[in-house]
Amino acid sequence: MTGFSVAWGIFMLILLLGSGNGLQHGMENNFRGTAKNALWIWSRQTQVSYEGLQAGRRIQFTNEDYNHLVNMFYDDISNISGRFRLWGSGTVTYKDQYGDYDLEGVRPEFQHIQIVDMLQGRYLNQMDMNEHRKVAILSLPVKKALFRDEDPIGKYIRISKVPFMVVGIFENPERRDDEKIYIPVNTAQRVFNGSNQLSELAISTNALTVAENKRIEEAVRTTLMKRHRVAPDDKQAIGIWNTLEHFKQAQGVFSGIRLFVWVIGIMTIIAGIVGVSNIMIILVKERTKEIGIRKAIGATPWSVIRLVLSESVFITSVSGFLGLVFGMGLLSAVSMVLQTVAENSPNVENIFYNPTANVSVVVSALVVLIVAGLIAGFVPARKAAGIKPIEALHDE
Amino acid sequence: MSNNSIIKVEGLHKSYKMGNNALHVLKGIDLDIKAGEMVSIMGSSGSGKSTLLNILGILDSHDRGNYYLDNIRIEKMNETKAARFRNNYIGFIFQSFNLISFKNAMENVALPLYYKNISRKKRNQMALEYLDRLGLKEWANHLPAELSGGQKQRIAIARALISKPKVILADEPTGALDSQTSFEVMDILQEVNQMGITVIIVTHENDIAHRTQRIIRLRDGIIGENKTNGNFQPVNKEIFTNS
Repeated sequence: MTGFSVAWGIFMLILLLGSGNGLQHGMENNFRGTAKNALWIWSRQTQVSYEGLQAGRRIQFTNEDYNHLVNMFYDDISNISGRFRLWGSGTVTYKDQYGDYDLEGVRPEFQHIQIVDMLQGRYLNQMDMNEHRKVAILSLPVKKALFRDEDPIGKYIRISKVPFMVVGIFENPERRDDEKIYIPVNTAQRVFNGSNQLSELAISTNALTVAENKRIEEAVRTTLMKRHRVAPDDKQAIGIWNTLEHFKQAQGVFSGIRLFVWVIGIMTIIAGIVGVSNIMIILVKERTKEIGIRKAIGATPWSVIRLVLSESVFITSVSGFLGLVFGMGLLSAVSMVLQTVAENSPNVENIFYNPTANVSVVVSALVVLIVAGLIAGFVPARKAAGIKPIEALHDE
Repeated sequence: MSNNSIIKVEGLHKSYKMGNNALHVLKGIDLDIKAGEMVSIMGSSGSGKSTLLNILGILDSHDRGNYYLDNIRIEKMNETKAARFRNNYIGFIFQSFNLISFKNAMENVALPLYYKNISRKKRNQMALEYLDRLGLKEWANHLPAELSGGQKQRIAIARALISKPKVILADEPTGALDSQTSFEVMDILQEVNQMGITVIIVTHENDIAHRTQRIIRLRDGIIGENKTNGNFQPVNKEIFTNS
């Protein structure tokens, strides 16, 4: 009972830190499928009339935009891809199976921007682009729907009645249930009458800092706005999602949460320390006589201090360790449950995932414990060292 | 100063502050106890005999006067140094035994050696030796609560002897014992004395005092009487088997 408050403090600390980690892992899962320094660029209608052009004009990206960006930002961009999207418009069939799936024409470089796990076969490549090959890669749910257990590689599916050869199966770790088909962007433009149009652009920059990524974002935005004669104060016409900026923001929030958790944990432990300290004072009082005997026999004040401190450290360590074990136990149990849940509903792992307290947390918790024991024992030990043997021995 | 004095006290004064008043307990004590003597200090309660014993045992400090223990002048010293002196020179025996209740007989006896930084194995071995000499070997693993008063006091004596002190200070060693056991304890103390250890006993029982070589009576903080006991007889029993 003495150390319960300390055990509880450590238990809470571990639990809170674990939860903080869980939230953070969940957040990181959200970003896992994307290059951390990606820029996602889309277009909308203009809001402001400019250079004699009406507001409400639809901005349309083309291959020229792509080429221009490639040339202009040669140093800043590591990967760039145009995206030609057909929203659920392509009915896809294989034998007697069919379905409507998101179809997207992309360049091979897109695999470095929207990161997917290849489960089978290969990603789209430059040869596919050069030869305008009619090849496709399917996300796992699409493959399951169309092929069941059949091996899909080398088989032909029909997209709007045009046959495409399946060359790969992928999974988006961020959204496992995504039903998506990628085909080469120029094939898509040719087959689906896109001429040279692109719906969106995606870039991964070689920026390492938020500021640099932001600079590239602004430069890209300005370039595109100029090319499409968008008013400089039109905030709506061209949209860019700066992944790095948001990632860093989220990370900032989470380091804030972590700090908060530590503060709460330490506060709880301090409450525990006060409790242990109080009980140690009572213990010292009860043992006044014993300490008096020890002193008469030849115990130095320092050895008495050591006696009390070691006891206090022992109590806090043992109880704290129990708290630690229970906390870790609960965390790993929760972690296991979450993993099972995540198998079935992939959204969970984007919110709360793998709530573990790592080694450094455990080590710092142990240090906190020993320090707590020393602090808790300090006042009682001073009291014990000050006991006068004559008073203690005559205290019948 | 004669060289065989183990305890020499000159003009010793001690007073305690009680609120605004000072309680003058010892008003100039002169005392010279030779090495190997067996002395009893008597006096009614409040005569200052316990205070004198505490000062002799360096559990308390004196205000004025000189105190030489084994020809070393004892002054106001810090607790660590005092603890070391107690550990090396003095063995205490108390009326209420003052054994540590959660430690068994052997551990209690061995405790002074712990503060001499002697290894556990060695000190337990030595403790068993002393228990054996006092005929308590088979009680080594018993807790004090399981022992009789006489046994407890014998354990306390073993504890006082184990650090090989020069002086044994006994504060009413028989106060809590019946007369039969009291005499047994006195036999042991006499034997201890015959080993060459100075024994000083504070008592208010004449029977006990008459078993020492010298009787010192304290009266109101001064020595009222200091006489050699003519009836003193060396012990002839062999309870304490000296090896």
